[in-house]
Amino acid sequence: MAMKETMGLGETELTLGRKIALLNWAIVLLVVMLAAIGCAMLFSAAGGSWDPWAARQAIRFGVGITGMIIVALMDIRFIMRWAYLAYFGALALLIGVELAGEVGGGAQRWIDLKVFKLQPSEVMKVAVVLGLARYFHGLTHEDTGRIVYLLPPILMVLAPMALVLRQPDLGTALILGMIGASILFVAGVRLWKFALVGMAGLAALPIAWSFLRDYQKARIMTFVNPESDPLGAGYHILQSKIALGSGGVFGKGFMNGSQAHLDFLPEKQTDFIFTMLAEEFGMAGAVGLLALFLMVLAYGLFVALQSRNQFGRLLAFGLTINLFLYLFINVAMVTGLIPVVGVPLPLISYGGTAMLTVLLGIGLVLGADIHRDFKIGRRGPEED
Amino acid sequence: MVMKSDRDQERQRVFTRRALMIGAGQLALTGVLAGRLYYLQVMEQERYDTLAEDNRVNVKLLAPPRGEILDRFGRKLATNRQNYRVTVTREQAKDLRVSLDRLAEIVEVSDRDVSRILKEAKRRRAFVPLTVRENLSWEEVSRIEVNIPDLPGVAIEVGLSRSYPFGTDGAHVLGYVSEVSESELTDDPLLQLPGFRIGKNGVEKVYDEALRGSAGRSHVEVNALGRIIGELERHDGQSGQRLDLTIDIALQKFAVERFGEESGSAVVMDVHTGEVMALVSTPAFDPNAFSRGLTPAEWDALISNERGPLTNKAATGVYPPGSTFKMATALAALDAGVITADQRVWCPGHYKLGTGLFHCWRKQGHGHVDMREALEQSCDVYFYEIAKRVGIDRITAMANKLGLGLETGIELPSEKRGLTPTTSWKQATRGQKWVQGETLIAGIGQGFVLATPLQLAVMSARLANGGLAVSPTLVRRRPAEDGEPAEPESLGLSKRHLDIIRQGMVDVVHGDRGTARHTKMTDPDILVAGKTGTAQVRRITMAERRSGIRDQEDLPWKFRHHALYVCFAPADQPKYAVAVVVEHGGSGSKAAAPVAHDILEETLRRDPAGTAPPLAARSEEPREG
Repeated sequence: MAMKETMGLGETELTLGRKIALLNWAIVLLVVMLAAIGCAMLFSAAGGSWDPWAARQAIRFGVGITGMIIVALMDIRFIMRWAYLAYFGALALLIGVELAGEVGGGAQRWIDLKVFKLQPSEVMKVAVVLGLARYFHGLTHEDTGRIVYLLPPILMVLAPMALVLRQPDLGTALILGMIGASILFVAGVRLWKFALVGMAGLAALPIAWSFLRDYQKARIMTFVNPESDPLGAGYHILQSKIALGSGGVFGKGFMNGSQAHLDFLPEKQTDFIFTMLAEEFGMAGAVGLLALFLMVLAYGLFVALQSRNQFGRLLAFGLTINLFLYLFINVAMVTGLIPVVGVPLPLISYGGTAMLTVLLGIGLVLGADIHRDFKIGRRGPEED
Repeated sequence: MVMKSDRDQERQRVFTRRALMIGAGQLALTGVLAGRLYYLQVMEQERYDTLAEDNRVNVKLLAPPRGEILDRFGRKLATNRQNYRVTVTREQAKDLRVSLDRLAEIVEVSDRDVSRILKEAKRRRAFVPLTVRENLSWEEVSRIEVNIPDLPGVAIEVGLSRSYPFGTDGAHVLGYVSEVSESELTDDPLLQLPGFRIGKNGVEKVYDEALRGSAGRSHVEVNALGRIIGELERHDGQSGQRLDLTIDIALQKFAVERFGEESGSAVVMDVHTGEVMALVSTPAFDPNAFSRGLTPAEWDALISNERGPLTNKAATGVYPPGSTFKMATALAALDAGVITADQRVWCPGHYKLGTGLFHCWRKQGHGHVDMREALEQSCDVYFYEIAKRVGIDRITAMANKLGLGLETGIELPSEKRGLTPTTSWKQATRGQKWVQGETLIAGIGQGFVLATPLQLAVMSARLANGGLAVSPTLVRRRPAEDGEPAEPESLGLSKRHLDIIRQGMVDVVHGDRGTARHTKMTDPDILVAGKTGTAQVRRITMAERRSGIRDQEDLPWKFRHHALYVCFAPADQPKYAVAVVVEHGGSGSKAAAPVAHDILEETLRRDPAGTAPPLAARSEEPREG
C-alpha cells in the first residue's frame, strides 16, 4: 500500500498480539486497584454487606474494564472516523432525554437501560472530546488563529452545554465548558481570545445568576456559610467536614466511621464516598487515593505529549482533563471548597454511567498510547 | 510534506507548552486538595472530633425511683407501682389505624386516644413508641400479651408511677405528685424529664428533694435520625430516701370514717413528743388521681367543691376557736392574779359594758360560778369578766405560749398562723384603738381570734403535759441522727393553775352539768379532759328570725356554726391530745365532742405511741430497687 511510504517512520498496521503487548498493563492494574477500593468502600457503606452496592458495582466494573480494553485495542483511525458520529449520537441522546423529560413532565436526565440508567450528559463529556479532537486535527496552526474556524468548535461545546443546563444540571454544564475551553486552549487558540471570552463571561455572571433555579442558588449560598444553617441546606457540607476532620491522620478504621455508619453523612455511597474513605482511613488514605488518581492523570498527560498525531494528543489530553475535573470537583465539594454540585468520584462512587464513561475514556487514552506513533494526515484517515 | 510536517511541529510545540501549563495547574490544584485535607484532618481534627462525638452520643437521664413514705408501723403510704402502658410504634405497625382498631377490640381505646395518636404519629419519628393508654390492669395486660402476634407495632411497657395504697385517707398529710410546671424548674436536670413528677403538696412537697433522689445517666449511641443504636455506658442514679411518718394510718382511717359526710378536721397528737398520730381533713381528694393525671372535669369538680377537698383544714384552715379558747383566758387571768379559782362571778345571762350588752349562751344565766364551773358549763359571762380584768395583751401572750397565733412548724406546706390580736396589732393594721368590748369577745374565742385545728391540738397537748412547749411533727427522727430527743422547754406555767384548768376540763366531760357530759367514753374508767366550742359564723338576722328561723339547722349549711372540741386523756396521766373541728356542724357538744371522743378512745385502744417499734430497729437501708 502506498500509505506505508507516506507515513514514514510510524508503523501503520499493528497485529492484535503487538497491540496487547503495547497496552500499558500498569495503568490497567491501577484502574483495577481504584475500583477495588471503591467496592471496599461500598461494602463498608452497606454496613459490611455486598448488597446493595458493592456486588453490582463489581459486576459493572467487570463489564466496563472489558469494554475499556476493547476500546484500547481499536485502531485509532477507526475511532477518528467515527468521532463525529459519536459526538452527534451523544447530542441526539441529550435531545432525546430533553424531549422525554418534557413529555414525562419532569427533569429526566437518564435513559433506563434496565441494567443501569444511562445519563447522556456523562456520555457527552467523552463525546465532546472526541468531536473537538477530530475537528482540531484537521486545522493547521494558522487556521486556529482565524475566527471563522473557531465558530464550529465553540458551537460544538455550547450546544450540549445549553441542553444540559436545561435539565437543569449546572455542574455538568460547567464541566463540559471547562473541557471545551481547555481543548481549545491546547489546540492553539490565541490567548487574547480567551481573555476576551473570560471578561465577557464575568460581565454576564449577574445575568446568569438570574437564570439559576432556586435550589442552585441555595447551594451556592449554603456554600458561602454552611454553619449558619446546620440542620438545613448546610447540613451535608457540615456533616461531611465533621466526618473528614474526625477521621484524623489515620482514620477510625474500616467500617468504623461513625458519621457514615450512623447516617450523619448523606449520600455516602455516591457523591460523598470520598468523605467516608477519609473518615475511615484518615488523611493517609485520602491522600493515598489522590496519589493513585494523580498517577493515572500523569499517564494521560504523558500519552498526550508523546503522541505523534494531533487527534491522539487532544483525545488523551481532553480525557485526562475530564478525569481530573471529576476528581477535583468531587473532592473539593466534599471538603467544602466549592458548592455541592453533585459530581461523583469516578471508579469509586456507586453509579453506572460515570464509571463506564471514565473507563471508556481511559480505554481511549490507552488506545492513543498504543497508536501514538501513527502519523495521520490533516484531512484524516479518509484522505487516501 | 516537509511543510506539513513543520506545521504539525508548530502545533505540537504550542500543544506541549500549553498542556504542560495545564498539567502543572492540575498538580497545583491537587496540592490544594491535599492542603485542605491537612487543614481539616490534622489542624482542625480536635474540633471535628468533638462534633462527631456530639453527633454520635446522646445522654439520657434516668429517673430514680422516688423514696417511699411509710407510717409509724412501716405500712406503705406512698410507693411506686409498676405502671403498665400499651404503646404502638408506627415503624413496626404496617398500618397504624389497623393496629389501633384491633387493639380497641381487645381493650378499651377511646376515639379521642386514637385521633391523638394518629396526630402525634405524624410529628414523631417512625420508631418512637407512642403511648396509647397507661395504668392497664393485669387482665388488660394479659389480654394484649396473648394477642401480640396479631398486633404489629403494639407493645407493653413498664414504668413507675406513684401510688397511694390508702387513697384519700392520707391525702392531706402526703399531698400528691404531678408534672413539673415552668416556675418549678431548678438546675436539677431531672425536672426536665418529660413526664417527671414532683411533690406538689403535703410531705411529698416538703421533703421533695430527699424523696426525689438524683438522676442516673445513660450514654447511648444514636444515628442521624435519633434512633438508639446501643448503650455505651450507664451511671445509675441515687434512689430517693425513705420517709418515716409518725402517722398511724389505721387510726387515721378510723378518724376519717368517723367524720362520715361531715367536713372538718381532726388532729391526734402525742402530748409528750408532739408526734402527730393522725391528721385528718375531710372531704379529701384521691392523690392517685393526680399521679394518673386529672381530667379537666375532675379538676373542676375539686376546685368548685364548696367543702374544699384540696384544702388541708388541719393546718391551713382557720376558725374562731370559740369556747376552746377559754383555757387561755383563764390561765392568763390566774397568771396575772386578777382572779382566784374560788372567786365567783354572777351570771344573769348577760353582761353589761357601758351601753353594750353581751349575752351568755345560756339566756337564763348560770348564777354564781367559779372557774371550774365556768369551764364545765362554758359560762360566757364569767370569761367576759375575767377577760376585762386581765386585758387583751395578756390573754394573747398566754394564747401564744399555748401555741395559738404562731406557726407550729409542722412539716406541711403553707401552714396558717391564725390570729391572736393585741392592741398594737389593731393600731398597726386597722389604724384604730382597741376597744374593751373586743377584749370580751376575744376572751370567749370570738371576734378577731382565729386558730387552726392543729394549733388547738398543740394547745391541748401543752395544757396536758404540764406546760411543756411541745411542737407537732409528722416525721419520725432516727435516734442516731438527732441524738436523744431534746426535752421540750417549759412554758413557765404554774402547775397549780394547770391543775385548776384540767379539773374544769375533766368536769366538762364528767361533771353533772358538763357541756360534753352526754358523750361518755365506753370505758367509764378513762378520765377525759375536754372543752367544747361553738364558733359563730353569722348571726341569725332579725329578718330570718321573723321568717321562722330559730335554729342553726334551719340555716343554709355554710352559715351554720362551726363545732369545735379539744381534749386529752387519760386526764390524770395524759398521753394523747385530740382537737376536732366540724365545719358548720352546729354546737361543739353535739357535733364535735362525739367525734373527738370516739377518736380519742380509738387512740387509747391502739396506743400507737406505746406500740410502734422504735425506728432504729427497722432496716437502716431505706432504699429499695
